Amino acid sequence: MAWSPRAGDLAVVDVAGLDALIMALADASYDVRGPVVRSGAIEPGPLGGVVDLPRGMRDEQAPGRYDLSDTAGGAFFDWSSSARSWKAELFPPEEELWRARQEPGGNVTFLSTPKASRREPLPLAILGLRPCDFAALGVTDRVFAGAAVPDPRYRRRRDTAFMAVVECGSPGGTCFCSSMGTGPGCEGTDAAPDLVLTEIASGTVADHRFLVRVVSDRGAEVMAAVPTRKATEADRSEREAILSRAAARMGRRLVTEGLPELLLANLDHERWSEVARRCLACGNCTSACPTCFCADVRDTTELSGQVVRRRRWASCFDREHSYLHGGAVRASTSSRYRQWMTHKLATWWDQFGQSGCVGCGRCITWCPVGIDITEEAAALRGAALPAGGGAA
Amino acid sequence: MSVPTLAVWKFASCDGCQLSILDCEDELLSLAGAVRIAHFTEMTRAVEPGPYDISLVEGSVTTPADAERIGQIRAQSRLLVTIGACATAGGVQALRNMAGAGEYAGLVYAHPEYLSSLEGSFPISAYVQVDLELQGCPVSSSQVLEVLTAVLAGRRPVIPLHSVCQECKRQGTTCLLVRGANPCLGPVTRAGCGALCPAVGRGCYGCFGPTESPNVVSLARRLRADGMSPLAVSRLFQTFNAGAPGFDGEAAEAAAAARAARAGREGS
Repeated sequence: MAWSPRAGDLAVVDVAGLDALIMALADASYDVRGPVVRSGAIEPGPLGGVVDLPRGMRDEQAPGRYDLSDTAGGAFFDWSSSARSWKAELFPPEEELWRARQEPGGNVTFLSTPKASRREPLPLAILGLRPCDFAALGVTDRVFAGAAVPDPRYRRRRDTAFMAVVECGSPGGTCFCSSMGTGPGCEGTDAAPDLVLTEIASGTVADHRFLVRVVSDRGAEVMAAVPTRKATEADRSEREAILSRAAARMGRRLVTEGLPELLLANLDHERWSEVARRCLACGNCTSACPTCFCADVRDTTELSGQVVRRRRWASCFDREHSYLHGGAVRASTSSRYRQWMTHKLATWWDQFGQSGCVGCGRCITWCPVGIDITEEAAALRGAALPAGGGAA
Repeated sequence: MSVPTLAVWKFASCDGCQLSILDCEDELLSLAGAVRIAHFTEMTRAVEPGPYDISLVEGSVTTPADAERIGQIRAQSRLLVTIGACATAGGVQALRNMAGAGEYAGLVYAHPEYLSSLEGSFPISAYVQVDLELQGCPVSSSQVLEVLTAVLAGRRPVIPLHSVCQECKRQGTTCLLVRGANPCLGPVTRAGCGALCPAVGRGCYGCFGPTESPNVVSLARRLRADGMSPLAVSRLFQTFNAGAPGFDGEAAEAAAAARAARAGREGS
């Protein structure tokens, strides 16, 4: 009988084994998602097998710039981060919370929400989220599931989801996960993934393999259907080498020492006005951020007489976000940028006991004018701009 | 409560926004049951006299007669909502505000003295108090419905004021601007269209007009950094919302450049 890994074991699979893993997840009735090429970028998408993965693709990321090219290489994960994070999978951009109708007598009848009631969606399996993305789930877990009143929708999706993290061997120009302690490897985080994979594609085609660290029992169950072998010392040291090379290639760096105090001591710094001259207040950063969790809850009526409550992503860059009686508290763009950055890097600690930033760099890449949170932090520190500067 | 009356009015416009109301196909019958359509000549010749509970006004003010008529409509309307780029910002015809319409009249008409038009095309709000403006060229059918439904329920309508970018992000459209695929006005343009153009790989051309705080200067700098000429960038703003605050500066630059080019041709 072939060896099958248990929780805690380190196994090795080849490319066919990775394909078998994706099949095994589908066979276990998961809705399998992973990184795919779509609209000239690597984006979350449905995964039917290794054929759907972005093999040979490499992304170039710089402030306000993204470019994807086909290197014709054999690696499946030779890119840094997907354009979109996996936030939308667990915290949908827009969802109906409930629907009700007022009866002629005045009683209110709650109608089932059409989407949720008809059939329970399949649990998600995500294969190929990066350690920074997984760390971001640790952040949103505290926001949604760790609250006094947990969000039932988030919690259901999160509890049932299977997570196969792929460690990062090729950080991009806007990455700084090593500054935030969230990557490029996936070591200990708040929550445990089910599997942690590392791609080893430096050798021959026949030698192309994946280390699979089995973390959960659920992970072990799925791996039972996948041909594997035990990892050797050589496999382990190859992983170490990949991760230490990756850590040395971060495009950006954020000095986190004393950062909350620094930001909060500089609320009137002229830099906030300078950045506001560039900032479009468009909300791309908050949308792209894997941890920004703000949402707007609105009740609307319909001509049918039904009342619907919906939740939709919102951004602190919108004027209406800080609207209180009589006007917006944060009327200026500088005050909105300051709110976003100080929350992310400073007051998040007070609220949730951790940083709101995981160093994925999406806010830098996907800002249309390339505003760089690491550069802004460095400017407030009065220090030189961060080293590396991977802008292509 | 009696059924509220609805009136729809047209000024200088293409009728596209009125068609957007008729485009509410699935909801049109419910709407016709919820309000009494008292004046909507795009739809029916049956016209009832005012006053009206809700007036939707399409089009811009371009003649002295328009200026007078909008005053009469305001006086007969409890709520007055302007719909579309013409009514909210002067529309594409506001390009003449930057071009000297008087000169052109002489070139086009044998007897320009018969014309009675204003020097420019102006939003309704330049003449009367407007209770709510719905931007867009044309307006979104669902936003029109939302406003009417909200009025019927006595609640505040849910109309987003933020950028098109957030609609792109919500529906998972990869940013065209950052990918270097297309110039896009999404970051300074108000949401509401459902980010239709970026979803099919075409940059936003700003038909919904400016957001509440458009940083056009910064976006224009980005577009020039992508290799567009200053004139090409200005021209992006010289369309349906050329007269809207925020877009008017760049649009005027393009108009000035065009005038200079014409003067150059005529001088040579």
